[in-house]
Amino acid sequence: MKKAVIDMSVTANLSVNNRCVLLKLTPADGSILPECKPGQFVEMLVEGEPKAFLRRPISINYVDKDNNELWLLIQMVGAGTNKLSKAAVGDIINIIYPLGNGFTMPLEPNKKVLLVGGGVGVAPLLMLGDELKKAGHTPIFLLGARTKTDLLLLDQFNSISTTYVTTEDASEGEKGFVTQHSVLQKESFDFIYCCGPGPMMKAVAQYASKVAIECEVSLENKMACGIGACLCCVENTTKGNVCVCKEGPVFNIKKLQW
Amino acid sequence: MVKLNVNIGNLKLKNPVMTASGTFGYGTEYSDFIDLSKLGGIIVKGTTLAPRQGNPYPRMAETPSGMLNAVGLQNKGVDHFVEKIYPQIKDLDTAVVVNVSGSTIEDYVAVAEKINALDNIPAIELNISCPNVKEGGMAFGTSPRSVENVVKAVRQAYNKTLIVKLSPNVTDITEIARAAEAEGADSLSLINTMLGMAIDAERRRPLLSTVTGGLSGACVKPVALRMVWQVSKSVKVPLIGLGGIMNATDAVEFLLAGASAVQIGTANFIDPQISVKVAEGIEEYLVRQGCHSVQEIIGGLIL
Repeated sequence: MKKAVIDMSVTANLSVNNRCVLLKLTPADGSILPECKPGQFVEMLVEGEPKAFLRRPISINYVDKDNNELWLLIQMVGAGTNKLSKAAVGDIINIIYPLGNGFTMPLEPNKKVLLVGGGVGVAPLLMLGDELKKAGHTPIFLLGARTKTDLLLLDQFNSISTTYVTTEDASEGEKGFVTQHSVLQKESFDFIYCCGPGPMMKAVAQYASKVAIECEVSLENKMACGIGACLCCVENTTKGNVCVCKEGPVFNIKKLQW
Repeated sequence: MVKLNVNIGNLKLKNPVMTASGTFGYGTEYSDFIDLSKLGGIIVKGTTLAPRQGNPYPRMAETPSGMLNAVGLQNKGVDHFVEKIYPQIKDLDTAVVVNVSGSTIEDYVAVAEKINALDNIPAIELNISCPNVKEGGMAFGTSPRSVENVVKAVRQAYNKTLIVKLSPNVTDITEIARAAEAEGADSLSLINTMLGMAIDAERRRPLLSTVTGGLSGACVKPVALRMVWQVSKSVKVPLIGLGGIMNATDAVEFLLAGASAVQIGTANFIDPQISVKVAEGIEEYLVRQGCHSVQEIIGGLIL
């Protein structure tokens, strides 16, 4: 997939919770958004914020083909994402798109797959779940958060498929971590996809190894260029240090030194 | 029609804009974004004799108007470059320069000899200024005596254009520059990154696995510009200026300070098309200033 630098026009900025917004963007020149795959990401330029020198890598949340819109879920964690979260409708945001490799779709038909997400890491699972469903598979979501208000886009996930939830304070769904949810005892899956905080992904990877289910995780190592040039975002894999931005961000857990 | 071409020793550049080592991969990483033939040259990732895994993650920390890196010369070694990379880039319509790094003089010489044998690599940039490796690197570039030793040895082994990349982490960069020139460097490029550090106060820990790293980006430009100016008064060989160039105006400032060409580094991470935009912007500047050739502004600072 050819990567491009594109000026995007903000069509909506929707509040998701008190530290997260959903930005909807469309190419400013009216062109059709090039194809991308679930699990790929963009590098967003932050203008007018001296503390944000580098671009911000953000997962592709969803592509709304009917409206030619790219959805990006932005959690405010620092100066850059704070600035991006304040974008107004009509603002232009420059992005590099699409970057990295997406999740691997099952080769055989009719697979039952588990999509595990935590915090803002749920972002790429929306598009992934949607595409898996359209391809005839059965995606099941398992989303974890500290508390109810940290669960992002629950309605959208529910509209695609069955969605299970855990919260650490039992304010929604089952109490505890995603790896403690009862669905893991009751049902079996052919493949697990996971994106979330490092400790959560490691716990899910450990579970997947134990029950011998194929598992892919999406890493978010700190990066600069996003295109495999600066060699900053490396992960130590079975092939040595590789760039998460170029060889990932999605990795089969067998390739990681976890 | 404005003449943009410059010569660095025997190295002919169609325009004065090159991309800095370690920020542009092997060029191919950027071919989706720009026409590489519009560049004066590409300086590829630092190449060592043996493969190097580099430093552990985390290797990067964003800082005000800049970034720290501690990559540590991760590369697959010179033989991999010769066999796998060179065939892919040897026919690019731009000057391809290899950045040569090492931990001993013998390493530098061995890599230089292997690159010397490649017809389509007209120059090397000797990296005696990497702050992120335990042995060699910057250690070679911070005393005039060690600079003399490594440049002399590589000069004997390498007969094309030899560019020596200088470290800013010295008390007097002009004495280092004179040492490199005296031993046969055809050109000097400056500056490499400045040694820096960043701390996460809440966690009370350094942000880089190596604690210290190399600072680059817009924040280093005033220092780089000053050093190019000082060195241009101290040596006769052509200089290649780099350090925080974010746009064409920045590049012009380096030319005015005495550089014959410039390198774009960290700015490539923010705008992958910036190198070509800088080349175009320099041309526009020259037209606006009524110049017929870029030569007219090299060292053209009015005091």
